[in-house]
Amino acid sequence: MTQPIIQAENLVKSYADVRALRGVSFEVAEGEVFGLLGPNGAGKTTTVEILEGLRSPDSGFARVAGLDPEKSGMAFKEKIGAVLQSTALPEKLKVMEALELFSSFYGRHTDPQVLLKRFQLEEKRNAFYSTLSGGQKQRLALALALVNDPIVLFLDEPTAGLDPQVRREIYTIIEELRREKKTILLTTHYIEEAERLCDRVAIVDSGKVIAIGTPRELKQTSAGTTRVTVRLANPAANGSLRQLEGVAEVREMDGAYVLSSTRPPQTIVALVKQLEAENNQLESLEIASPSLEDVFIEMTGRRLRD
Amino acid sequence: MKHTWALTKIRVRMALRSRAFIFFSMVMPLGFLFGYNVIFGRGEPEAVPFLLGAVLALTVMGSFWGLSMQLVQYREAGVLRRFRIAPVDAGALLGSSILSNYVLVLPTVAIEFLISRWIFGMRDWGNVEQVFAMVSIGAATFSSFGLIVASVTNTMQETQVINNVIWSVFLFLSGATIPLGVLPIWVQRVSLFLPATYLVGGLQQAMLRRSTWTEIGGDVIALGVGLGVAFGVSRALFRWEPESRISGKSKAWILAAMVPFLLLGVWENTYGSRLVHLRENFHSLEKGDAGQSPDATK
Repeated sequence: MTQPIIQAENLVKSYADVRALRGVSFEVAEGEVFGLLGPNGAGKTTTVEILEGLRSPDSGFARVAGLDPEKSGMAFKEKIGAVLQSTALPEKLKVMEALELFSSFYGRHTDPQVLLKRFQLEEKRNAFYSTLSGGQKQRLALALALVNDPIVLFLDEPTAGLDPQVRREIYTIIEELRREKKTILLTTHYIEEAERLCDRVAIVDSGKVIAIGTPRELKQTSAGTTRVTVRLANPAANGSLRQLEGVAEVREMDGAYVLSSTRPPQTIVALVKQLEAENNQLESLEIASPSLEDVFIEMTGRRLRD
Repeated sequence: MKHTWALTKIRVRMALRSRAFIFFSMVMPLGFLFGYNVIFGRGEPEAVPFLLGAVLALTVMGSFWGLSMQLVQYREAGVLRRFRIAPVDAGALLGSSILSNYVLVLPTVAIEFLISRWIFGMRDWGNVEQVFAMVSIGAATFSSFGLIVASVTNTMQETQVINNVIWSVFLFLSGATIPLGVLPIWVQRVSLFLPATYLVGGLQQAMLRRSTWTEIGGDVIALGVGLGVAFGVSRALFRWEPESRISGKSKAWILAAMVPFLLLGVWENTYGSRLVHLRENFHSLEKGDAGQSPDATK
């Protein structure tokens, strides 16, 4: 059995009174794209920064490519690449200069010209960093993270703050890296990103991993239910929605009722009849197959973006 | 060294693209040169070497301010944390700050010499080797003082406050602006505890050819020890992350770099003749024979 390339075991970390990590454990196989999905403050960035060697855990074990991130010094840095959540480059640094400078730091590196072309930054080769758009900065950050052809790539919220068009461009790049069997640890709070890019996902909340598996496996833990979201003119009578045919669970969220149903058509017919009987009105109805957000809601009772 | 050199080259390029750098590091010192010669020198060629010594010191000392602000700004903006992921250590980053500043100071110093000669009629270049030694060690030392300030401050505002205090002391109590000869005796004695005094005095003596290599050597050694201590402390206290805060007590490490000058100040106040030289230079400026160099044994 091959050794996992990333190992996190029982990571614990506190900042003053805040327990950011309360025993995070997972493993990532070589060539896998692994996602840490969770809301802001869940502990994703703290976890990835421990694995990057930027923070020390209070307790627990971390290994990346067989090395201790905190104690292995430059040998560790030669093997990894990272796109950090909040970072910048000097304003007056040109794009090509940045690639050449960071290339010079590594014993083994990719030709900066190749990276410039790959990340569609050729036209911006002589542009100052401060003049780049958000998407261009993120493409440059990805290019810099790959300058040493790393064994492990860490991407911390790589599309945060970017508009949907630019986000899709970044997805395309990450999908290329996935096809190249690059090992990637990605943190995100976007469902689409986790579902589209990741081979496996760990859902993180309040410093703990609450579920782990492929996106398909995780969605199946929603017990094969379909999400039926309804908004009513008047509040439903207590417990009445739970009695509808096929309904496994009812939650109230943002003024709507979210019904988890195993037989959606029957549930909807029963709902309409019930509303007629109660002299209530249906204002809106949405049907969706279970998503990772549903998994998160079922486990925590909250939305990912609360 | 390879990383230090790569960083140095890029920092020189970036500095030359910065209007603020061009103004504060090149235009402003030249402004001082013109102002001093017109106002204090009254256009007399004999006064130029003495005044140029002070201007050279100001040019060299300016790195203190710029480097501290830049390092803190890089830390706050998250620039340092990007470098932290790469196999680059703090020593290379700090070393490149000092080296790049040194490279950038030299052209301004050269221009100041040329203007002093061709516009203000300076007749003698002074002891060029001694001037070069003082400029070199001064640039490195005051750069490292700036780095130690950046290592012990947590925010830009805090850095500005500390810089203002230290800079004011250097500016007004070292002879760089107000000649020490006009200040009260007790202020002159206090000035002997400041590194800037040795830089200003050493450069003026070198320009006037009134210093022996032993005397200049003493200044170079004192500044060199200050450089070593400041660099070592700034490296030990170096922080990559804006969230990493330094305690109030740790700020006292700034004083560690002052220890050589504390010892030198005690010695000079007790046994030394530096104040005599400084007063002599000033009084000869007043008499209009500052540019006449007595024989100095090399």
